Amino acid sequence: MEILVCVKRVPTVGGAITLTADGQAVDTRMSGFTISPHEECAVEEAVRLVERHGGSVTVVTLGPVAAEEQLRFCLSLGASTAVLVETDGSELSPFVTAAALASVASAGGHDLVLLGNEASDTGDYQVGIRMSYFLSQPVVTGIKALDFAAETSMLTARREYRGVSETFRLPLPAVVTVKEGINLPRYPSLPGRLRAKRAVIERIPVLSTIDRPELLTSPEFRVKGLRVPAAGKRSAVVLGSGVAAVPELVRVLGELGVLP
Amino acid sequence: MTVFCLVELESGAVADASLRALTLARGLGPVAAVAFAPPADLPVAELAAYGVSDVYAVAADGYAPRAWAWAIANLVPGWPDAFPEGPAGRRPAVLAAGTDRGNEVLAHLGAIIGLPMAANCVAAAPAPGGGLELVRQRWAGLLLEDAVLDAPVALLTAATDAVAAVPADAPGPVMVHAVKSELSPADLMMRAEEAPAAAGGASLATARVVVGGGRGVGSADGFAPLEELASLLGGVVGVSRVVTSEGWRPHTQQVGQTGTKITPDLYLACGISGAIQHIAGCAGAKHIVAINTDASAPMMARADYAVIGDLHQVLPALIEALRAR
Ligand SMILES: Cc1cc2nc3c(=O)[nH]c(=O)nc-3n(C[C@H](O)[C@H](O)[C@H](O)COP(=O)(O)OP(=O)(O)OC[C@H]3O[C@@H](n4cnc5c(N)ncnc54)[C@H](O)[C@@H]3O)c2cc1C
Ligand SMILES: Nc1ncnc2c1ncn2[C@@H]1O[C@H](COP(=O)(O)O)[C@@H](O)[C@H]1O
Repeated sequence: MEILVCVKRVPTVGGAITLTADGQAVDTRMSGFTISPHEECAVEEAVRLVERHGGSVTVVTLGPVAAEEQLRFCLSLGASTAVLVETDGSELSPFVTAAALASVASAGGHDLVLLGNEASDTGDYQVGIRMSYFLSQPVVTGIKALDFAAETSMLTARREYRGVSETFRLPLPAVVTVKEGINLPRYPSLPGRLRAKRAVIERIPVLSTIDRPELLTSPEFRVKGLRVPAAGKRSAVVLGSGVAAVPELVRVLGELGVLP
Repeated sequence: MTVFCLVELESGAVADASLRALTLARGLGPVAAVAFAPPADLPVAELAAYGVSDVYAVAADGYAPRAWAWAIANLVPGWPDAFPEGPAGRRPAVLAAGTDRGNEVLAHLGAIIGLPMAANCVAAAPAPGGGLELVRQRWAGLLLEDAVLDAPVALLTAATDAVAAVPADAPGPVMVHAVKSELSPADLMMRAEEAPAAAGGASLATARVVVGGGRGVGSADGFAPLEELASLLGGVVGVSRVVTSEGWRPHTQQVGQTGTKITPDLYLACGISGAIQHIAGCAGAKHIVAINTDASAPMMARADYAVIGDLHQVLPALIEALRAR
């Protein structure tokens, strides 16, 4: 099975988010970059499917050259090849992103495309679905369990919604977006890391993946800026230290009305 | 111009997230609800109370996202030939709740009719220069994006936790229209076979009390006192991502951006630092009490009350005190 996994380079943010002075982006001077946990699980799921059924895993990202760091991380987890759709780093619409990624997928003739359910930064919830329309393939999203039956060449994909388990059955080729929890990703192995370091990453300019350059800017949706919501900044009332604080704690729990 | 709003039903009523979406929709124009249910199953009075004037009851046999999106596309005026020209802010819009289903169906719709879709909006209003001014969640709500959507049909979903559900001031009568949907086999390829999910005690998303455990718990075995406390308080255990990554607890118990969003009366966060991705899941708690050895952990800026100390000492003492009552 030939699998393509789409991953996105996003800032690593921890205790708080700070923005650049112009309010247009997350300030990454003090932080690193990563991929979303959903996407890490997508890579792991792809590697497991190939371990079971044969084939290979390609990872692709659309982003600046620096995103090779995230591709190498995925290679260290077991992906065999990596493709960078190179941009100048500016944010592109989900439409263009999906078009560019779909062009990589159709050129590669992949049986399965895996993505995260939503990117952790923009949270657009749509790149996988839009890709499926460019590819004319079925798509299922938010998947928490995936099985492939080689005899019938059918995928069984499961998720839960409002206490109901939903099962989808679809033929390959297909697009599937997954959520964290579908598996527990492995850590990079030492040989994996060495291989990743040496790997040659294919680079494709974004403009060669879309037929109309004017699509790069979307007049229909324009981001004006970002802001941190006014959080009710508070500072906790300290009830005390260690075991000595327990009577106070019991009193407060009573006040909050949660004691049986 | 009409604002179509996909309405999800839950136990015969309008789902809470859809009430919020209806509230956001009403600010943009007259609202037509779209529900995938037989007319007889519609909570018409509740829809009227939220200002709905028309309801399209689409015949559907279960959940099939692409088929649902096509059914909505067929209701959009002018599509696919020509969208009606409309003055600023008077163009049609399609809204849904920012649930897994709402976001999925609207993304399909965006792909089908070839227009942008803005997920998880917390506000929408006609923009002075045309189109809609939107405020959208990023990073699971930890950041807000100000944007302008200027498309022939505005497609958006309403964040499930940021728009309040408010009934209309002057509800009017509701017209119900039964709609047959004509589905192609390709649309139905993505159809959910539904079955009750494996029973797993009280659900994390709706629990009144959540006892949270993070890296500070130290091991899988370390969760015994948290389980005991949770059952004493009639609640459930929730955990941080470190705990699920370590394999101490299943991912179904994870609270946060890539886990579950919780809204309990009390969240007792033990040995959890309070990373923003974790806060994204517990910011909806009415009260937070933190137990942490580090008085400067970010969780302290989110908690109402804190005990500075080792959870392995504080929790057994707390359990003993509760048992002695
Ligand atoms: C895109 C993305 C999505 C993410 N999604 C999630 C998510 O859904 N949920 C989530 O939780 N995380 C998520 N994370 C991870 C998140 O950034 C943090 O890494 C994680 O929440 C930290 O977990 P923790 O608080 O248990 O561990 P730590 O940050 O290591 O904190 C442990 C805390 O325990 C305290 N402690 C240690 N020992 C004791 C003791 N004996 N008694 C009391 N206190 C003690 C320490 O002082 C410290 O404050 C996500 C990350 C990314 C990048
Ligand atoms: N720039 C990108 N490069 C590669 N994959 C992406 C990119 N943007 C989004 N994706 C994939 O699409 C998924 C959904 O993203 P979104 O629709 O933007 O929330 C992500 O989890 C990724 O798997």
